[in-house]
Amino acid sequence: MDSELQEITRLGGADFRQETPARRIWRRFRRHPGAVGGAIVLTLIILASLLAPFTGYDPDESNLAERLNPPSLSHPMGTDGLGRDLLTRLLYGGRISLSVGLLVVSITLSVGVSVGAAAGYFGGWVDALLMRITDAALTLPSLLILILLSAVLREIDIPLFANSSVLTIALVIGLFSWMTFARLVRAAFLTLRELDYVTAAHSLGASPLRIIFTHILPNAIGPIIVEATLELGYAIIEESGLSFLGFGIQPPTSSWGNLLSNAQEHFLTHPWLAVFPGLLIFCTIISVNYIGDGLRDAFDPYKVLDQVGER
Amino acid sequence: MGLYIARRLLQAAALVFVLSILIFGLVNLAPGGPLAGYGQARHISPEKAQILKRQLGLDQPLPTQYLVWLAGNDWMKVDLDGDGVLESTGSRRGILRGDFGFSFTTRQPVLSEIGQRLPNTLYLMSITLLVAVCIAIPAGIISAVKQYSLVDIVITTFSFAGQAIPEFWLGLVLIIIFYAWLKNPFTGDPLLPAGGIASLDAPFSVGDRIAHLILPVVTGAMGWTAWYSRFLRSSMLDVIKQDYLRTARAKGLGERMVMFKHAFRNALIPLVTLFALDLPYIFGGAVFVEMLFSWPGMGRLYYQAALQRDYPVLMAVLMIGAAFMIVSNLLADILYASLDPRIRLDR
Repeated sequence: MDSELQEITRLGGADFRQETPARRIWRRFRRHPGAVGGAIVLTLIILASLLAPFTGYDPDESNLAERLNPPSLSHPMGTDGLGRDLLTRLLYGGRISLSVGLLVVSITLSVGVSVGAAAGYFGGWVDALLMRITDAALTLPSLLILILLSAVLREIDIPLFANSSVLTIALVIGLFSWMTFARLVRAAFLTLRELDYVTAAHSLGASPLRIIFTHILPNAIGPIIVEATLELGYAIIEESGLSFLGFGIQPPTSSWGNLLSNAQEHFLTHPWLAVFPGLLIFCTIISVNYIGDGLRDAFDPYKVLDQVGER
Repeated sequence: MGLYIARRLLQAAALVFVLSILIFGLVNLAPGGPLAGYGQARHISPEKAQILKRQLGLDQPLPTQYLVWLAGNDWMKVDLDGDGVLESTGSRRGILRGDFGFSFTTRQPVLSEIGQRLPNTLYLMSITLLVAVCIAIPAGIISAVKQYSLVDIVITTFSFAGQAIPEFWLGLVLIIIFYAWLKNPFTGDPLLPAGGIASLDAPFSVGDRIAHLILPVVTGAMGWTAWYSRFLRSSMLDVIKQDYLRTARAKGLGERMVMFKHAFRNALIPLVTLFALDLPYIFGGAVFVEMLFSWPGMGRLYYQAALQRDYPVLMAVLMIGAAFMIVSNLLADILYASLDPRIRLDR
C-alpha cells in the first residue's frame, strides 16, 4: 500500500505531494500580520527575561542614594523607592509572571482535557456528573474566590507552597480556569467519537485510553491550542491582578503585578514606576491575543481565505 | 417554558446548596480557622480566644456549625457567656433567613454593611455598562458592515488593545494624566477627581457627581467596550452571511433597512444573552476600580474584608455573588429562548 502511494506520488511529481497539516498551519499563520508581530514581541519579552541577570544590577539590592531616579542611561526605566533598578526587577518579574502563566496553562490543560475527554468519551452518568461539576465551578465568581483562596493560602507553611509561591498562585488560578477547556474538549469528543474511524479502532480492540489519546485528541488539537494560547494571557492578567491587590506573589520577589502595586506609593510624582510594568503586561497580553487569533484562523478549515488572497 | 424554568430553579437551588458547603468548607478549613482574622483585628489571649470560640459556637463540630450558619441557632441551646455550659437560646437566624452574622472588624450586621455598599456599586456599574454598550454597539456594527475597511481596522485594533489593557493599570495611568498632570486652568485644581463618589465637603451637585464618575467609568468600561464590540462584529458578520439577508436584498429593500431591520436585530440576540451572563462579573471588576478610586462599594468591601480576613463578610459576598451568577445564567437562557424562536428550551 505504502509503496503504491509512493509510486503515485513519484509519477505525479511535486504537484501531487500533499502539504502536511503543520506546514499548512505555519503557512497560514505567517500571513497573519498581527500574529507574526505578536510572536516577535512575545519572543523578545521571553528572551529579555531570560537575560535578566545581565543588566548589571541585583534585583533585590537597595541603594538609597539612587532612590526614585527617573529613567536615564544607567537606569533605562528608573529606580524604585528603595533605589533598585526597575528594568532588572521587571525582567526578573517577567520570569515569575510568565512561569505562573505557563504553569496555569499546563494545569488547566491537564485538568480540562481529562475532564472533557472523560465526559465526552464515556458519556452517560460520567458526563452528567462531570458537566454538573463544571457548571458549578463556572458559577463561582472567580476573582472573588481567587482573592479568598490566596488570602487563606498565604498562611500555609508547606515547602514549595509557602508564602504565596509561584506554585500556589498558579494552582489557585488554574483550579478555577479549566472549565472552558473541559467544555471545548467534550464538545469535540462528542462529534469525533461517532466517526467511523473511531468505531474501527474500537472494533480492532483499542483500549479507551488509546482511542482517547491517539485517535480522538489529535483531531481536536486545533481549538485546544488556540484556547491554551489565550489562557496564557488570562493567567498573566489574573496573576498581575492578584499581585496588584496584594494577594499574589509577595515582595521582595517581583512580579509584574506587585511591581505595579508597589508603584502606588509614589506613582503620582514618579509615574514611570507605574507605566513600565503595566506597559509590559499590556504588550504581553496583546501579543498573546494576536497569536491566538492567528492560530485560530490558521487552524480553521472552513475559514474563507479568498479575501486575503489565498486559494 | 414554565416547566423548564421550574426545573432550572430546582437545579439552581441545589447548586446554591453545594456552593454554600464549598464556601463554608473553604473558610473553616483555612489555616488558623475562621478566628484567624479575629485575632488580627484585636490581640486576644488564648483563654479569651477559647471563650470567644465557645461564644461564637466555633467549638462545635463543623456540620453543626454549618447548620447554624445556614439555619441559625435560635432553636438550640448555646453557650453565650463562654463558660462551657450550654445555657441560653441562640439569636442567630442563619443565612436562609437573611442573617449573615456580624462583621469581625466593624461589629455591624453584615447585611447592613452590604446594604450600604451595594447601591454604590450598582450605580457605578450600571453607568459603566451603559457607556460600554452605547459605544460598542455602533462600533461593532460599523466594523462589520464595512469589513476590512480602514474604519474596521481602526476599531478592531482598538478593541484588541482594549481587551489587553489591565484595568488596574489603565486606572493608574488615567489618574496620572487627569489628576496629577492636567490641571483645571481656572482653579489650578486637578482636572478630574480621582477618589470617592462625591466631594466630601461640598453640597450635592450633579456636576460634581459626574466629575467623580468619569475616571472610574472609563477604567471599568474599556474592557467591556472592547469585548462587546468584537463580539457584535463577529455576530453581525455571521448574520450577514445568512440567506435571509440575500432574500431581503433581492426583494428590493434598501441597504439601510437590510442592515438595521434584518441583520442588526438578529445579531443582537447573542449579545443580549452575553450581557446577562456577564452581569455577575461586575462584582469582580468592581474590586479593581473601587480600590483604585476609593469607591465605597461591594468590591472594596470585599477587598478590605479579605485583607482583614473578615470571614462573615467574605462568605456573605461570595454567597450573594454566586446566587447572582446563577440567576443571571438562568436569565440568559430564558432571554435567549424568548428572543430566538428557533431555540426551544422545554424539549
